[in-house]
Amino acid sequence: MKITVKEIEAWLEAFREEITAHKEELSDLDQAIGDGDHGINMARGVKEMHNLLETKSFQVPGEILKAVSMVFIGKIGGAAGPLYGSAFMKMAAEAGTKEALSAEEFLGVLRAGKSAIVQRGKAETGEKTMVDVWLPLLKKFEGKQEIDWDDWENSAEELKNNTKEMHAKKGRAAYLGARSVGHIDPGATSSYYLFKALADTLREGS
Amino acid sequence: MDKVSLVFVSHSADIVKGIKSLLFEMQPEVNIAVAGGEDDGGIGTNAQAIEEAISSVYSDKGTVVLFDLGSALLNTELAIELGEEGRKIRIADAPILEGGYSAVVEAGFGSDIDKVVEAAEKAREMQKIPQR
Ligand SMILES: Nc1ncnc2c1ncn2[C@@H]1O[C@H](COP(=O)(O)OP(=O)(O)OP(=O)(O)O)[C@@H](O)[C@H]1O
Ligand SMILES: [Mg+2]
Repeated sequence: MKITVKEIEAWLEAFREEITAHKEELSDLDQAIGDGDHGINMARGVKEMHNLLETKSFQVPGEILKAVSMVFIGKIGGAAGPLYGSAFMKMAAEAGTKEALSAEEFLGVLRAGKSAIVQRGKAETGEKTMVDVWLPLLKKFEGKQEIDWDDWENSAEELKNNTKEMHAKKGRAAYLGARSVGHIDPGATSSYYLFKALADTLREGS
Repeated sequence: MDKVSLVFVSHSADIVKGIKSLLFEMQPEVNIAVAGGEDDGGIGTNAQAIEEAISSVYSDKGTVVLFDLGSALLNTELAIELGEEGRKIRIADAPILEGGYSAVVEAGFGSDIDKVVEAAEKAREMQKIPQR
């Protein structure tokens, strides 16, 4: 499996479709433990990303990831904007100028994104954030040369569902303390859609 | 003489607009810029808007940023990284209004950036109701 500009574009388009279709779900989850804007924030970001992908052409994966990071920083806003924006910026740096990435290299790119989120938000696992999807998912698949995309998608889904029983320690939900227990984290859910979109794209391609 | 400038970052444009007019009345000689609200006018914070606010008042004496809640810090840190490297910018760990008030007074005296940050952060411990 080789990941080029084509696969990255297909992945990001699939991500936009997931976010657009689940905009209300994301905002409802955020209404329960935050301020109810996560779906709106994410939808604003992916819409602008779509315009970018429609109007510009890219040579290498790193170039798209960089351009998308600036869109996320400028358009998503809130906490998710700097988190996803920083992730994509580091992913771009890791992808560099390579034209095609192997599965193993691409996992390295995603891990760079994870490190950026951890560095920016200072959250650890168990604190009910998107980190609870990114970190254990990438750890599970670290070093794999072939990825079982069904396993990938199911793992991501299970990880986001696991945030339900967690007590929020970061972000707005932290103000709720123990009352945040019983609700799935919105940022973990949008991250699940990002990884589901990836599975759907690369499963079809393989 | 040049003074340290201040930037206020809030989820709400109205909050920082109000803070700015309050402080301007107090000390019109300190340059203040604000970044409040989301790109589309909604509630939130935005790194690009913060970067623009910082650049609009930055001087060699430095700029101190005060912020309100949660993501305002993430976006301010990112805004500093997005801007030119090597600038003298500090984020004060202080309540935005009381800290801002102390900071504008200190900056008004022409103090250096460390003093201004210190003044802002001291506001955390200030007792507002005098004990009898
Ligand atoms: N420090 C953090 N580290 C990792 N993820 C975080 C952190 N803070 C918040 N998040 C994630 O961001 C999601 C919320 O994103 P959203 O776009 O709704 O921002 P927000 O909390 O509304 O921001 P704001 O403070 O501007 O209102 C959470 O569900 C969580 O997954
Ligand atoms: Mg929110």
